[in-house]
Amino acid sequence: MTKDEVLSQVSDIIRDVLDQPELQVTMDTTADEVEGWDSFNHINIVVATEASFHVKFNTAEVEELKNVGELVDLVLKRLASKK
Amino acid sequence: MSITDLYWLPKQTTTADQLRKLASAASVEWSELTRLAAERLDFVQTNRLDKIFTKHFTAVNPPLELSAKPVRLAVLSSSTTDHLLPAIRVAGLRRGMFVTTAIGDYGQYLQELGDPNSKIIAFDPTAILFAFDAQHLFGNAGFATSAEDGRALVENALQRVCNAWKLARERFKGLIIQQSVLPTAPGIIGGNEHRFPGSLASLIDSLNTGLRSLADAEGVALLSLDKVLMSDGLAAWHDPGLWHRAKQEISPIAAPAFGDLVMRLIAAQVGRSAKCLVLDLDNTLWGGVIGDDGLEGIKLGQGSAVGEAFVAFQSFARDLSRRGIILAVCSKNDEENARSPFAKHPDMVLKNEDIACFVANWSDKAGNLRSIAEQLNIGIDALVFADDNPFERNIVRRELPMVAVPELPEDPSLYARCISDAGYFEALQITKDDLQRSGQYRANTQRELLKASHTDLVGYLKSLQMELRWAPFDRLGLQRIVQLINKTNQFNLTTKRYTEQEVLAVMDDPEALTLQLRLVDCFGDNGIIGIVIGKPQGQTLLLDTWLMSCRVLGRQVEEATMNLTVEEANRLEKNILVGEYLPSKKNGMVREHYKKLKFGLKEEKSDGSTLWQLNVPDYQPFPTFISIVRAQHD
Repeated sequence: MTKDEVLSQVSDIIRDVLDQPELQVTMDTTADEVEGWDSFNHINIVVATEASFHVKFNTAEVEELKNVGELVDLVLKRLASKK
Repeated sequence: MSITDLYWLPKQTTTADQLRKLASAASVEWSELTRLAAERLDFVQTNRLDKIFTKHFTAVNPPLELSAKPVRLAVLSSSTTDHLLPAIRVAGLRRGMFVTTAIGDYGQYLQELGDPNSKIIAFDPTAILFAFDAQHLFGNAGFATSAEDGRALVENALQRVCNAWKLARERFKGLIIQQSVLPTAPGIIGGNEHRFPGSLASLIDSLNTGLRSLADAEGVALLSLDKVLMSDGLAAWHDPGLWHRAKQEISPIAAPAFGDLVMRLIAAQVGRSAKCLVLDLDNTLWGGVIGDDGLEGIKLGQGSAVGEAFVAFQSFARDLSRRGIILAVCSKNDEENARSPFAKHPDMVLKNEDIACFVANWSDKAGNLRSIAEQLNIGIDALVFADDNPFERNIVRRELPMVAVPELPEDPSLYARCISDAGYFEALQITKDDLQRSGQYRANTQRELLKASHTDLVGYLKSLQMELRWAPFDRLGLQRIVQLINKTNQFNLTTKRYTEQEVLAVMDDPEALTLQLRLVDCFGDNGIIGIVIGKPQGQTLLLDTWLMSCRVLGRQVEEATMNLTVEEANRLEKNILVGEYLPSKKNGMVREHYKKLKFGLKEEKSDGSTLWQLNVPDYQPFPTFISIVRAQHD
């Protein structure tokens, strides 16, 4: 999967979890700037991402996520190590 | 095939579009929501559906046309459970039940229950779910070096749980559900962990064992997550990372399954579990097509793995029937072909007499399912339809959304597991009557034969040699009484539901009339088939509850019961009997009940409910062929 493909899939997940179909998501998007992206929904986004890509993140990795780009990179890293 | 995926529900390609459409709709229909809830939804979709639901329907703005009473569930937990509530509400939708929830402050359940001003008390729950984690129950130590200390820790934890139940019992009448403790502790010994009873893993094991007997004794329903875990594994339910991050003991991924498990128990308590398994034949009960392959050609029994898989599925169905689930057949076949394996195939586990209603023809299955429900006198929403053919399944789902149609896996070895995992037939207990039910349906078939041999009804009724054995409510009949009161929908004048405590209360009232009625005839005991509760009001006895099992319709039981009721009213020195009819979606058949019993109409209200009155001294007993006998307890 390319970075763009992963970003697109992650963006869909974020829009679904937050229930904001029109939300614009980029690699630089952070939780703070999106309404409704609280700690509760943050967990849901991470868990839904894991389920959607069939990967699992480490506790420390999840704690360190700063923006959508880092989540996308984490997915790519996991997908690469699966091969 | 994991329970956390709700794999028995059909995956639909339209789900995403539907959710999007409803999210922006100005108004949504209750039926649109319940239909969507019957599809396989992941936790994100479940949350979205819940958002739509809670936006349009609230406690002050409930859906109209509900077929079950609204449920108010309070969740009192030692860890985070907010993320599980949407899934519980959606599992309610899946059953056509309107569920609202309240949650106690994290770990504050004793205060919530004890304080008369708490929000939980104000919420007035109809059901309470307790969910405690091991750390909460055993403290941070959670370890004992001696077996005695281990036992003491377990005893202490059980005591705390039991205290919470008792506190809840003092304030609420409804169902209490206790989640078993998740076995999250890693073993420190290994396969023989139990030989060190003080390890946390052993403590949790002992606690769950203790909870089972304690819950039985206290009338509490168990949510046996520790058992459910065995099919998907702990990792599917519990993510240690989420526990440390957010004190979520159950992962959001498992929320839809958790919600479904909770609602199964609540549905079972209010009599909304399914009652009948309707089976297709070709490639469902045996491999191949009986009409094409013939008796010798179908795959069934020893000799092939597939043949054995079908035998195993039949055994599962037979066991369901032995514990009281009615079996029916609905198949596109010539009837003679369809019946031949039941009569002639040596490997058939199911026999003709196991099937209470056998429909084999070439008409559409939806219509046939309707007529099966009618013939069995049960609601169509009490049917589960098992068919290997996805096309037939989808038609039935479209035509009859209230019928549960499991998405059977392709491999017949997995049929039984699928139906069991789906939890359609959840029961809180099995009564003696449940165990006799399949025999009772068989006896019904014999009664039908006898009826056919008599040209006149009178001769038939006479030949049955019926006895109505009655007794006031007693502890012996308690379980069955509570079960009947809570699950009878059709022949039920008021559909008033009673908890065990409420039944006990009316039992203790010497002025009240309580009747449990059993019908025995030459073919056997039909079990307890009728309940009457009368409440005193001065000179009047108000018939608060009158319900009967539809199995015994048309046999003069109503008239015999009426004769008995009047005798009892005389004994209680009441001059007037007042009967009440409260219309529900399902009890239209008894609208004229009191009129038929010679009551006069006293009052008719705008909601369709009616009050009927009868002067006891003027009463002329109905002639019947039933002898009335006071039951002698064995």
